[in-house]
Amino acid sequence: MKSLIAFVLLLIFVLPARCDLPAQSASAPESFSNPALETRARDLQRQLRCLVCQGESIDESGSPFAADVRRLVRQQIAQGMSDQQIEDFLVARYGDFILMKPPLQSNTWLLWLAPFLVLVTGGGGGLDYGQKGCRTRGQINYPVVTFRT
Amino acid sequence: MTGELGQLSLCFALALALVMALSGLLGTRPSAIVARKIASSSAMGLLVFVALAFGCLTYAFVVSDFSILDVANNSHTLKPLVYKISGVWANHEGSMLLWVLVLSLYAALVCALKRGGERLTSGALGIQGLLAAAFLLFILFTSNPFLRLDPAPFEGAGLNPLLQDPGLAMHPPMLYAGYVGLSASFAYAASALLVGEEGWARAARPFMLIAWMALTCGIALGSWWAYYELGWGGFWFWDPVENASLMPWLIATALLHSALATEKSGAFRTWSLLLAIAGFSLSLIGTFLVRSGVLSSVHAFASDPTRGFFIMVLIVLAIGGALALFAWRAPTLQGGAAFEPASRETAILLNNVFLVASCACVFVGTLYPLLLDAINGTKISVGPPYYALTFAPIFFALLLLVPFGPKLSWKRGDLKAAWRSLFPALGLAAVAALTVLALVSPRGLAATGAFAMAGWLIGGSLVDIRNRKGARASAFAAAIAHGGLAITLMGVAGTTAWRSETLAVVAKGQTITVGPYLLRFDGVTREQGPNYIADRGHIAVMDDGKPAAVLLPEHRFYPAEGQDMNDTAIRTNGWRDLYLALGDDRGGGRFTLRAYVSPLAPLIWLGGLVMALGGFLSLWGRLRVKEPEKKAAEPGVAIAAE
Repeated sequence: MKSLIAFVLLLIFVLPARCDLPAQSASAPESFSNPALETRARDLQRQLRCLVCQGESIDESGSPFAADVRRLVRQQIAQGMSDQQIEDFLVARYGDFILMKPPLQSNTWLLWLAPFLVLVTGGGGGLDYGQKGCRTRGQINYPVVTFRT
Repeated sequence: MTGELGQLSLCFALALALVMALSGLLGTRPSAIVARKIASSSAMGLLVFVALAFGCLTYAFVVSDFSILDVANNSHTLKPLVYKISGVWANHEGSMLLWVLVLSLYAALVCALKRGGERLTSGALGIQGLLAAAFLLFILFTSNPFLRLDPAPFEGAGLNPLLQDPGLAMHPPMLYAGYVGLSASFAYAASALLVGEEGWARAARPFMLIAWMALTCGIALGSWWAYYELGWGGFWFWDPVENASLMPWLIATALLHSALATEKSGAFRTWSLLLAIAGFSLSLIGTFLVRSGVLSSVHAFASDPTRGFFIMVLIVLAIGGALALFAWRAPTLQGGAAFEPASRETAILLNNVFLVASCACVFVGTLYPLLLDAINGTKISVGPPYYALTFAPIFFALLLLVPFGPKLSWKRGDLKAAWRSLFPALGLAAVAALTVLALVSPRGLAATGAFAMAGWLIGGSLVDIRNRKGARASAFAAAIAHGGLAITLMGVAGTTAWRSETLAVVAKGQTITVGPYLLRFDGVTREQGPNYIADRGHIAVMDDGKPAAVLLPEHRFYPAEGQDMNDTAIRTNGWRDLYLALGDDRGGGRFTLRAYVSPLAPLIWLGGLVMALGGFLSLWGRLRVKEPEKKAAEPGVAIAAE
């Protein structure tokens, strides 16, 4: 359903540039021969967003920007930096926008908590509703119990 | 001529929509028989004129009438006929016209079926008239598809090649049938609030089912298209436009369950009304997100701000009006009927809590970044890892409860008996988990859990089916829909956990391996399509050393649009896809080749179809029983009427 993105772009009469082309990520010259390092690089690449595309990670994007960041990531992995250090470096340079997983901080706690707040509120409301139902227990005539409804 | 005829039809349609709105709303008074008749005829007239306008636009696309701006911008003489037709809705103006066409179709259906009595129907028509009028005004003032272009160009600008595909030709109408279908439930809910009528849940049920089925198919179709067309091998990206279609689906699913309880046992009366309002509101918000250009702001593309503003006003009026009506009238309605803690109502209540929470998760994930950006310009990304940590656990918890629902009776169920009858399902879950652990590598907790869950769901469905032996086909609807959920779950888990992928730059004669297959690249031929030129890769597939197939992925260039595109080659045995995409020409006959083996991928969409089949069975059962109101009241209904 990436489709729909393309769809939007079309609808506003702007044909996307390179971003919609399939990615050329991790083509031969960019890859590690050590499989452990390669897996790490790919995993990290999936966690980083291509800033010039719409909603693609740098792992799948075909843009020159993504290619640059991939090269940078691999360089830093080769230099022995940890994933956290690499992410910190990129955040310092490009801002939080580059992280696919938003960090938990003062301006995002609501983002992270909201679904669970709704769950708890909804659960509480449901419990309340259910209890009200039980209180009137004596007053209802139960129908014949059957599975065929 | 065509353009003017279309324009005129739109104006007539607007007038009829206004008449329909007014007479429909007046028709909610018990004695207003004439108003109700006028509302009915204007609903039919609306359909005729909107269809005529749509026909005019389609004709203009088919004959490539480039004196119409919309056609010139989005079509091309060399396009195959089917894409000339699908080009009608593959652009903003035409797709809004399609929206109104679908709305008028639903209004005509509401009018023809007259479910729930004259007054309820009339009110629903009035609300639909208001919606149609608002959207027609939007089309006429900001998105007129019939604007002329003088002088007319000799050739059109063409259609994005990504959209020139049978899957995507069908995707928007399907999705709209779902989006707009929720307007019927919305209209019935609002009408029920106006009239104070109780039977709306039963009256609106077929429309809910149709909308839900269409949404299910539309989402599945879009996801399938993205899978085979985009060359990434992915099927869901959690991008805002996908989310815009998922949110109404989640709420529509909640509504299907809650409205069933309202209908059968009288529980959740006001809550179901609220869900019906919320479902269509999310459709509108989705439209706003997609159409206004808010989402593409990262690109700072030129978009028309008046459109965004207009839709925003429309949303505020529709949602605000409905909620105000709800706040005003809901307290006067009879409260929901009581039920015991162990009952199907409780199961549905939990279903609703989890579905609404998972929808909230998608809602927040989609809108929070936009909001933050609007407030202080801070940009954050909310990508797949966010949904993996929020949506996934909430939805997983929901799935855990699914088999209990059908095993519990309305009002008062027996939890112990339900639990005992589900032992076979538990056994199936254990077998599924052990099979995954024993046979498949790499072993993953997530995949094992997902397969155990799928076993649990399918087991639950089988137990349910066994219990209902001999019943009408529609009695199996829930079991089949829940089974479809399990099938999709297996597809998602299998593809995510066990996909293998190889990316390489290959020269002629070179071989690469991916999963169990050995692939030999036999070079590229140049092919001429109807409106594109393609590099067609010839790749011999060897399975166990034996030649199994030759796959022909293409890298196409569309000169009219000046764009490159991939045509992937997929070989499936129903359980496992081998997926090839041909990338760039690296010079010297060397090409990039992307190969994936996606185990169980076909199940993702198969599950969607099975879910929709469940919806269809339920609908079939409903429509065969004519005028259910006149039947002897069932026990549950008798209680509801107390």
